[in-house]
Amino acid sequence: MADLSINLAGIKSPNPFWLASAPPTNSGYQVQRAFEAGWGGAVWKTLGDPILNVSSRFAAVNFNGQRVAGFNNIELITDRPLEINLKEIYETKKRFPNHAIIASLMVEPKQEKWHEIVKRVEDIGVDGLELNFGCPHGMAERGMGSASGQVPELVEKQTYWVKEAAKTPVIVKLTPNITDITATAEAAVRGGADAISMINTINSLAGVDLDTWNTIPHVAGKGAHGGYCGPAVKPIALNMVGECARNPHINVPISGIGGISNWKDAAEFLLMGATGVQICTAAMHHGFSIVEDMIDGLSNYLDEKGIASVMDLVGKSVPKYSDWGDLDLNYKIVARINNDVCINCNKCHISCEDTSHQCIDMLVDDNGKPFLKVREEDCVGCNLCSIVCPVDGAIDMVEVKQPLPSMTWNQRQATIQKFLVDRVAK
Amino acid sequence: MSNITGGQISANLAENFQEIFKGMTKTEAIVEANRCLYCYDAPCITACPTGIQIPKFIKKIASGNLKGSAKAILESNPIGASCARVCPTEELCEGACVLNNVSKPIAIGNLQRYATDWAMKQKEQLFEAGTQNGKKVAIIGSGPAGLSAARELSRLGYKVTIFEAEKEAGGLGRYGIVSFRLPKEVVEWEVQQIEQMGVEIKTNTRVGVDISAQQLIDQYDRVVLAIGMGKVPNLGIEGEQFNGVYDAIEFIKSTKTSPLTESVVGKKVAVIGAGNTAIDAATTALRLGASNVQILYRRTRNEMTAYQFEYDFAKQDGVEFRWLTAPTRIVGNANGEVVGLECIKMELGEAGLDGRQKPVPVDGSEFIIDLDIVIKAIGQSRYTELIEAFELNHTRGVVEVDKETLKTSQEKVYACGDVIFGYGQGDAMVVSAAEQGKEVAKAIHQSFKLISAS
Ligand SMILES: Cc1cc2nc3c(=O)[nH]c(=O)nc-3n(C[C@H](O)[C@H](O)[C@H](O)COP(=O)(O)OP(=O)(O)OC[C@H]3O[C@@H](n4cnc5c(N)ncnc54)[C@H](O)[C@@H]3O)c2cc1C
Ligand SMILES: Cc1cc2nc3c(=O)[nH]c(=O)nc-3n(C[C@H](O)[C@H](O)[C@H](O)COP(=O)(O)O)c2cc1C
Ligand code: SF4
Repeated sequence: MADLSINLAGIKSPNPFWLASAPPTNSGYQVQRAFEAGWGGAVWKTLGDPILNVSSRFAAVNFNGQRVAGFNNIELITDRPLEINLKEIYETKKRFPNHAIIASLMVEPKQEKWHEIVKRVEDIGVDGLELNFGCPHGMAERGMGSASGQVPELVEKQTYWVKEAAKTPVIVKLTPNITDITATAEAAVRGGADAISMINTINSLAGVDLDTWNTIPHVAGKGAHGGYCGPAVKPIALNMVGECARNPHINVPISGIGGISNWKDAAEFLLMGATGVQICTAAMHHGFSIVEDMIDGLSNYLDEKGIASVMDLVGKSVPKYSDWGDLDLNYKIVARINNDVCINCNKCHISCEDTSHQCIDMLVDDNGKPFLKVREEDCVGCNLCSIVCPVDGAIDMVEVKQPLPSMTWNQRQATIQKFLVDRVAK
Repeated sequence: MSNITGGQISANLAENFQEIFKGMTKTEAIVEANRCLYCYDAPCITACPTGIQIPKFIKKIASGNLKGSAKAILESNPIGASCARVCPTEELCEGACVLNNVSKPIAIGNLQRYATDWAMKQKEQLFEAGTQNGKKVAIIGSGPAGLSAARELSRLGYKVTIFEAEKEAGGLGRYGIVSFRLPKEVVEWEVQQIEQMGVEIKTNTRVGVDISAQQLIDQYDRVVLAIGMGKVPNLGIEGEQFNGVYDAIEFIKSTKTSPLTESVVGKKVAVIGAGNTAIDAATTALRLGASNVQILYRRTRNEMTAYQFEYDFAKQDGVEFRWLTAPTRIVGNANGEVVGLECIKMELGEAGLDGRQKPVPVDGSEFIIDLDIVIKAIGQSRYTELIEAFELNHTRGVVEVDKETLKTSQEKVYACGDVIFGYGQGDAMVVSAAEQGKEVAKAIHQSFKLISAS
């Protein structure tokens, strides 16, 4: 069996699956249950100055009958006294010395505030700190969370203050509510962060009730924007992890978060550069036991691939992630329909006909049987037909060898530029 | 199970004995697996006699962890591939699914089949024997009960030898349940998985004939009796010696052991009895080309013991049912061949000891049906002789056991499966036999722990 243990900036855990800072890590009772179920680590529900929460806090987006495609919340940081949280962290760490416990922190952007809280949590013994610069609602209105997480200077300065006091590794948790996450990631690194984690939740409104015209969720008839997470945000999170992982200025480990529901999602984040993952919504939907298949599935996958340690997976896809300008313009794929497998729903035809390049013909064979055929010379290889196709193996996207050698946009522009320069020179 | 529909009978006999349900496609399996709610403390787990962690194995199908899924199934049920095909799921796991009240239950049996089919294709050995603990156990019978006990004992470190009277291991799964529901390859794979763990199976070895009960007691630390039940008993009417009278299990067995013949083509057949064996025999006869097959039962549809899906399947295949009809005499010709069956009409009288109304003959209602073949399917006899050779307490061949430990009246001898079925003890099902095999293994292990602790 492959070795699943990880070391993220010096924080060790028996497997890469941590619970993210959120309701699942609210108390010692919960985190201990989670560790019993197999979770390798937990980022404690964000600690800070006491807050008040509202009632009616969550909403979910269901998609075509599947529940919780996305999840939305207006909950704030912990509403329990710091002393109680610290006592429970201490007890939990004592019972589970080999599991990772990370304290998530959020205070006002003041040096003494950060120094004070860092000292208090490190005194009771945690494996690391995570600075919550991401919470997009409530706290942001008070200048904390994503309000400071959206300003690179504030991220850098606060990280620096924390590093002044911290003895354990410091992870900076970034908000996705920003145009370019590498800007704040770089700021965190400049501030001395030992690692970064992403993503926190994305500004969202889950819905509007068509009978009452209330927002979903609402508090006594009023709503406020919340934070979005769950399966729907995975592609956004994965891109942000990939962008940071391939950025040469961001040379610290990444803890990947956002829409991870199973071992496959986790493996994708690892391949895209995360050293470990954090999970919230999937645990909230199904309970802590989901980690059993995450561990079993990842372990079977590594065995099948002949990979000895999960750390060997980290970042393997990063070199394959680059810029549009580096993609080969002379690479060509086309759709090919396997008529033996096709069930003739004609969805590929209409999607191509109405919304792509009009190259799937509806034909009839000699026996009067309808069949679909791609005019390959007109196909641009967009994938749409194979995306809408409901049957595995009915449409293959196949590579068509091109006579021209590989040429990217950047190479093409450079060549043109050189040609122009040469001509001017002549 | 519910996916099996009958009625597609071909003139090419071999086709009729191909497994009917081909299994789910990947798309079907993924869609269905994602429909599972992943309930906490799920009722389906309790409803499965072997306690398979059903939501867990289904979640693993959804996540693409098929190896983990198959292991989760087979961990609880060493005969999980057979069970995926023959369990009356609507009365067990699927019957308990909470979605029965909301939409439709999850197709647990078919998903179980999807995962175990994957494992069968991989050919990988999924379980390892434990470190040898120096103790030897003899198991008599390699049906579901014996195989399950063997696997669990082997995992616990026991050296296990199975004695099997037949040429091939697998019990009724190998010989008794029709190929179109349970192909022999599935049972062969289950047997192989257990042999690969180092369990020795001595086939063609009938205990009581080739080796005595006493020898086993002397040579082994424990003995497990998993011999199932015997032949179908005689009807006790005139004419049973005629050519064309068959034992239902032998009749089915011939289709799983030798090449199919044309001997039943165009024949008129009656099957006596109304359990699952009767149904399997009747559909087998039709699939062998019989022109007409009737099931005769002395009670009514309400009392028949066959599962609903079996009954539906027989109707689809074209089996005719004659209720309240009991045979009184088999009619033969001068060549000693069956030509007809004399029957009498019955009516339901007072309730008997088992609570079922007793059928009583209607005077003067005798009639004769023209027939070529009579198949007896009125239950199975017991191996009383062997049971007595072990000097076990029993009630008419049903071995008495301690309900907790499945230990017989003999200190070293345990029993499981059909051999203890009857008089309120369990059900004659593959899945109960598998569970009892596990329980016996646990009890044997416990018995040694108790000894070493004292
Ligand atoms: C036609 C038919 C259809 C069925 N359909 C279903 C179904 O759809 N679903 C379901 O759950 N159940 C079904 N059953 C019942 C199921 O097959 C049995 O409950 C199950 O096989 C019992 O397992 P077992 O291991 O106790 O006995 P068996 O499967 O009977 O195995 C006993 C083994 O012991 C061997 N043996 C006997 N005596 C000796 C001896 N002296 N020495 C050595 N070996 C010996 C036998 O050869 C046999 O291999 C069906 C049964 C029949 C007959
Ligand atoms: C109800 C709720 C409360 C949350 N509270 C916090 C918090 O206190 N601190 C924090 O850093 N992130 C918080 N998060 C964000 C999660 O830690 C995580 O970043 C996000 O949910 C994305 O992961 P997921 O898609 O697995 O849920 C919260 C999320 C939810 C759903
Ligand atoms: S899950 Fe339901 S019962 Fe529990 S706190 Fe929330 S609303 Fe209340």
